[in-house]
Amino acid sequence: MTVSTTSSGQTLPADWRDFFALTKPRVMTLVIFTGLCGLLAAPGSIHPVIGFTAIFCIAIGAGGAAALNQWWEADLDAGMKRTAARPLPAGRLVREDARNFGILLSAASVGVMGLGVGWLAAGILAVSIVYYAVVYTIWLKPRTPQNIVIGGGAGAFPPMIGWIAVTGDITAMPVLLFAIIFFWTPPHFWALALFVQSDYAKVGIPMMPVVKGEASTRRQILAYSILLLPLAAAPWFIGGTAAIYGISALVLSALFLALSLPVAFRRSQPDDTMKPEKRLFAFSIVYLFALFAALVADRVAFYQGWIS
Amino acid sequence: MTLTPEEQAEIQRRQKSRNLAVGGVLLFFVVLFYAITIVRMGD
Repeated sequence: MTVSTTSSGQTLPADWRDFFALTKPRVMTLVIFTGLCGLLAAPGSIHPVIGFTAIFCIAIGAGGAAALNQWWEADLDAGMKRTAARPLPAGRLVREDARNFGILLSAASVGVMGLGVGWLAAGILAVSIVYYAVVYTIWLKPRTPQNIVIGGGAGAFPPMIGWIAVTGDITAMPVLLFAIIFFWTPPHFWALALFVQSDYAKVGIPMMPVVKGEASTRRQILAYSILLLPLAAAPWFIGGTAAIYGISALVLSALFLALSLPVAFRRSQPDDTMKPEKRLFAFSIVYLFALFAALVADRVAFYQGWIS
Repeated sequence: MTLTPEEQAEIQRRQKSRNLAVGGVLLFFVVLFYAITIVRMGD
């Protein structure tokens, strides 16, 4: 790896934008959205300043974990077209700087969360960072085709942390929010993996379609979509939400399942346009946003006394 | 070790923008901690 240097071999100081890029700002927007939804849907009240601090810490923690992920995977990223232009493989940053930056962000997010919001939320934030950076990135991602299932756990933490920032305790509802994103991730990502010819195989990451084949991946997409339906509706069944969320969850999950059926029961042909897979992937993003928006609408309506 | 004037200027530009970014972050944290302290004192 070469780092930007001058004619005399001195290392140029890195641009701050490259540090910013290490935090994966686009992933962070989804983290902020789901974290905010967890915070808004939770029972009880939180001062806006403390609520802001909680979301800010979730975002910074995600940024720190993303930086550590890129520090560890710099060599892999260099070998893949989609990621070759990232700051580390492109040589715009020193590798150790990315590691230190990631540790700094992670530690700061947990510390500020603990002092400003509460130590239970801070503890779970710390667990989520270690889970993503160590358990997923370093340990299991390069070792098992179940890596996406495991990685889904990392993305599932933000709404849970947002919720716990308000309530200060772990109940069934934040665990269910975690479970929904956990089971949503595999069909979401594998639909993408089916139509994007990625070069994960080239760098030795065992993605499901490559290891177990297309047919198996399609069957597993269907299995997770089936599981997602009762799981997404579970907050309503256990009385944690009203019908606004319950019916939205059932309709959205039924659509999700309906779109996964053609994906499950077909095989791609040469020069396939992969329409069903693209449709399922696009809808999976709408699904998550709509589901969490419905949850917030349901809870706000309930707390305001508009519905019982 | 000699640097061309262009390199010198580029190094200074980057250092300056980094200093501004770090300064902005520190200022943000000062305001944030002040706000958290005021709010938590009322608990």
